[in-house]
Amino acid sequence: MAMTQQELVDMLSSLTLFADLTRPQLEQVAHKMTEESFPVGQRILRQGFTGTGFYVILDGEVAVRIDGRDVARLAKGDFFGEMSILLGEPPVADIVTTRQLNVLHLGGPELEGFLRDHPTVMFRMLKALAMRLRNASR
Amino acid sequence: MAVAELAERPFPPGDYPVVVVGSGPGGLQTSYFLKRLGIEHAVISADPAPGGMFRRFPFFQRLLSWTKPYAPVAREDRWYQWYDWNSLLADEPEARAIMPTLMDGTSSFPSRPEMEANLAAFVERAGLTVRYDCRWESTRRDDERFVLATSDGEYRCQTAIFAVGVAEPYLPDTPGFDLVSHYVETRPAETYAGKRLFIVGKENSGFELATGLLQWAQRIVLASPRPAKLSVNTHSLLGVRARYVLPFEDQNLGGGVFILNASIERIERAAGGGFRIHCIRSENGAELSVEADEVIAATGFKCPLLDLPDLGVAVFGRSGLPAMTNYYESATVPGIYFAGTIGQGVSGMKKYGLPANSGAVHGARYNARTMVYHVARTHFGIELPRPEVKPDALVDLLLSEATRAPELWNQKSYLARAFSLDAGAGIRDEGVVPLAQFVDEEGPAGVAIAVETDDLGDIHPAVYVRETGRPAVETLLASNPLHDFRSVENRAQLSSLLAGATAGVVR
Repeated sequence: MAMTQQELVDMLSSLTLFADLTRPQLEQVAHKMTEESFPVGQRILRQGFTGTGFYVILDGEVAVRIDGRDVARLAKGDFFGEMSILLGEPPVADIVTTRQLNVLHLGGPELEGFLRDHPTVMFRMLKALAMRLRNASR
Repeated sequence: MAVAELAERPFPPGDYPVVVVGSGPGGLQTSYFLKRLGIEHAVISADPAPGGMFRRFPFFQRLLSWTKPYAPVAREDRWYQWYDWNSLLADEPEARAIMPTLMDGTSSFPSRPEMEANLAAFVERAGLTVRYDCRWESTRRDDERFVLATSDGEYRCQTAIFAVGVAEPYLPDTPGFDLVSHYVETRPAETYAGKRLFIVGKENSGFELATGLLQWAQRIVLASPRPAKLSVNTHSLLGVRARYVLPFEDQNLGGGVFILNASIERIERAAGGGFRIHCIRSENGAELSVEADEVIAATGFKCPLLDLPDLGVAVFGRSGLPAMTNYYESATVPGIYFAGTIGQGVSGMKKYGLPANSGAVHGARYNARTMVYHVARTHFGIELPRPEVKPDALVDLLLSEATRAPELWNQKSYLARAFSLDAGAGIRDEGVVPLAQFVDEEGPAGVAIAVETDDLGDIHPAVYVRETGRPAVETLLASNPLHDFRSVENRAQLSSLLAGATAGVVR
């Protein structure tokens, strides 16, 4: 979907990851991250590939696929790519689009600075990662 | 317009297998390859002459893409394309490398009129035909055909290719932007003499204006929420180009340029004339109010896709780019394709966040070729040559491509040279392909090589080996200080990588 600047900022404000940001901060996020679109069936993260990025889903759905087996689905508001960037290692899963996908993208090398600039986003990300860890160990 | 006159011009309204809309570099390059393959098509353009955006932009009259007249390779070689980002591609010697022949020697960045002349010369020497002054106005479906209504009448086609640029001024919906002028409305430089200028946007277009108006304006403020990036720091064409760094130095010395990280809250007319711009600074959230005589929104462009979204063409983002496949086909309406700068909507691998150069001629010209070849194969059943390669030549060929191929250097991590390794058919040259397509499709066994830049700016080859029905595996090869990747070390590593994959490929 095409969005105006204001519509994009409104949408970002509704996502949990960015819920603590002020409007000017949301505008900054909207300028720092780029909007991208992927057709169904395309891999966005690839197991074992270098140079990956960080993605926040605006619309659509992806499958998390490990060795050809789907282990999870992600949709609007979910994010992916942070693990391999934070660890400095290639992804251990493929991310494959299962519905036409619109995302915000940040290049891997920019993620650390982005999180330092927006500590509330870092905190929200940490909470989400903690929940993933808890669910995985149940 | 009289009926007789309509009929004298090329491509009268009617039914064609393919209709191409646009006569900028994207439309012309597309038409060239369609013609080479013998695919009948019409080219229509709202403009009166070829050139697209280069008929008007950039304002300050010099491009950001180089053409180096004196290169280490001959101009007739394919390798020269890496040194000449502005000529369109052609097989005929007379239509190749036109740009360097038209430059006056004052810069390796051609002037706008030189670029316009380059495109006009291409049309003539490649024997292309365009119906000018024919404006595409609306689109509809009629059974299996697309119907393009134009100022000259209706065009029906099986495949429609839109090369209409990302050319429509984009203004944010922030209050007050309706009061100010867009980049495209910039006047001659001298009319800004002594003015206090406020430029919204810190991409290249904003800095192009700041650089061009530096000696005219009394004060220049540039503002946008995000700090400006410089291309010399991003190791790519992403960010403000080196040609436009003068305003940074001026700011650092306190010369009257101010580069602010701030979001614009609203713009209003000031009581004494001019404008008052209300900002929130990104660093600390503090309010800042700036007065200016002139405000220019260098806020980018969007796609003039008219009613294509009503036809089902999905678009995304603030630029309204179409959602596309790796071959620039609409992801939602098969048969509708895009060429030229619109191709930047296909992200590809975007390793380390570095985008391809699809928004520029030197990337889009190769994208047009991969798109036309795909159209030829899938819509017209045209089999393209797939020359056989001897197994003992493969390693040298791959490393030679990584060292010199203009497609791989212009479209890093985006286009690759691919070879299929089919046990029955031998090693076949599959040409230049979209890298994301190669690594994701479950095709036959194959190998592809690309050139990539990492986060430290190191440029190196990357090899992708695909076994039948399995995802490709990535291997990075060693760099070289002089970018010659044909080293003993790389030969040994590549030979070892391919040993298994090519072992069974004997015809």
